[in-house]
Amino acid sequence: MELTDIIREENLVYKKSPLLTDNVMHYCPGCSHGVVHALIASVIEEMGIQEKTVGVSPVGCSVLAYNYLDIDWAEAAHGRAPAVATGISRLHPDRYVFTYQGDGDLASIGTAEVMHACNRGENIVIVFINNAIYGMTGGQMAPTTLVGQVTSTTPRGRDVKLNGFPLKITELLAQLDGTGFVTRQAVHTPAAIRKTKNALKKAFENTKKEKGTSFVEVVGTCSSGWKMTPAEANRWMVENMFPKYPLGDIKDI
Amino acid sequence: MAEIKLMKGNEVIAEAAIRCGCDGYFGYPITPQSEVMETLMLREPWKTTGMVVLQAESEIAAINMVYGAASCGKKSMTSSSSPGISLKQEGLTYLAGAELPCLVVDVVRGGPGLGTIQPAQSDYFQATKGGGHGDYHLLVLAPASVQEMNDFVALGFDLAFKYRNPVMILADGVIGQMMEKVQLSEPVPRWSREDIERISGDWALTGRQKGRERHISTSLELDSYKQEIFNHKLQAKYRLMEANDTRHEELSCEDADYLFVAYGSSARICQKAMQLCREQGIKVGLLRPITLYPFPKIPTRTLAERVKGILTVEMSAGQMVEDVRLAVNGLTPVEHFGRYGGVIPTPEEIVEALKKQFIGA
Repeated sequence: MELTDIIREENLVYKKSPLLTDNVMHYCPGCSHGVVHALIASVIEEMGIQEKTVGVSPVGCSVLAYNYLDIDWAEAAHGRAPAVATGISRLHPDRYVFTYQGDGDLASIGTAEVMHACNRGENIVIVFINNAIYGMTGGQMAPTTLVGQVTSTTPRGRDVKLNGFPLKITELLAQLDGTGFVTRQAVHTPAAIRKTKNALKKAFENTKKEKGTSFVEVVGTCSSGWKMTPAEANRWMVENMFPKYPLGDIKDI
Repeated sequence: MAEIKLMKGNEVIAEAAIRCGCDGYFGYPITPQSEVMETLMLREPWKTTGMVVLQAESEIAAINMVYGAASCGKKSMTSSSSPGISLKQEGLTYLAGAELPCLVVDVVRGGPGLGTIQPAQSDYFQATKGGGHGDYHLLVLAPASVQEMNDFVALGFDLAFKYRNPVMILADGVIGQMMEKVQLSEPVPRWSREDIERISGDWALTGRQKGRERHISTSLELDSYKQEIFNHKLQAKYRLMEANDTRHEELSCEDADYLFVAYGSSARICQKAMQLCREQGIKVGLLRPITLYPFPKIPTRTLAERVKGILTVEMSAGQMVEDVRLAVNGLTPVEHFGRYGGVIPTPEEIVEALKKQFIGA
């Protein structure tokens, strides 16, 4: 059987969303960003809201997210995406506005912005990729880096006396009255990917229902930063990240 | 029918914002400009024009909210005072880098650090030389009266959208706090969706409609050669501002032997000093830069050819004097007189300074 015999319309079980551009992604092999980008593209496509959606990209590995999703984008200063999204959403209340941020961007330099956007209950979606490391700058300690985890700025492992503790920002944000939906997901198995997609869909649907801020954390891998193969990174994540950052809905009003 | 009122400069900023069809104000309290947001919150423009007013968690958040709003082609603004403006510099360089129009009002107080809450003009460098990182400029308007606090809001937005560049109104604590007679502008409606499409349709984030490319507000360019080309474009824009939108005012310069150069409240005080000089038979004129960037170089140089000396008067240790010296380029002596740290100069001491520098005794 030739390949052309297999690749036929009637055999099609999956295709990439037309909202995902043909640009070659700059992400490393095994990185979670590509999967999450594809899920967001599918959700926007399925909801038919591409003409009404504006994304806000962060500083970090996903700074160039605007190259991959064919919607309007604003690229924010480091950590400021929730403030930028506030400005867009307040002046365009009929738009679906989401931020896409990593752990350094959201949970370190942008702590104040995310905290207050959530506390005001801004009608936006916040997608938070937590891979416990600064990927773009070369693997430094993030606020979510685990105790003992080796990074380029914790070469002997994160020491709580020196660096404090991993920040469970998602649990903190769930305490705020402005958040309506707070969940933590992952994309390491097909089942987990389906759950994350459902969570993202619920988050965007909440914008329409004006249910306050929706916050979707995705625990992800950074095989380059962690210095592991993609398969090793997935295993390490399950064994080490999930106990500290357990998956599931934290708040759903 | 013209509406004439007695109002504080800061209150007038708020009133002028509503009247010129501003879409969004994002602010954070700081003395001596808190009346701007307080006035807006009292007026509740979201119930009338639909203008959004939001108290942000910080100056940093406020300027980034402006970035978001400006990305959508909306008329958006913030206001603050010196320490707060320092915090906004990151946002301002991103706005300039993404070529987004917005209005920023700086009611300057004395520094450095937390400094004083009294008026100063010690942030001229920060306002006119970029302020944040990278080769960029804001277009800077310097009001010298409460009337100009009104007029420069609409003018500021016009210039911001004309050049797709942030515009700053550089006032000081005197102009912000003092009450004067003001003729308020006639209200104009906020831009409709069609207006925004017409004015900013080729770049605003309005949602990617079928048939157009996606719009991206960004200041990122990883290719250094492309970044250089972009910087050429910015520089060309600044040259256009210089050619077409440099503004200044000349008072009694026709027969002047000496010249004061001063902006904002210092210019007002210099008017009195000029009168005192003329009573003593010293013919002094006043050149008042209205745009601080672009600086009115040509008028300064033209007058420098005719006068025996120039005294710049600033509520700073001498900042604008550098631009005056660059424009004059040695044609005539340029000296500086300043009071600072929140101290306001008196007309008498300005007269004394002029005499001491150029006339003797």
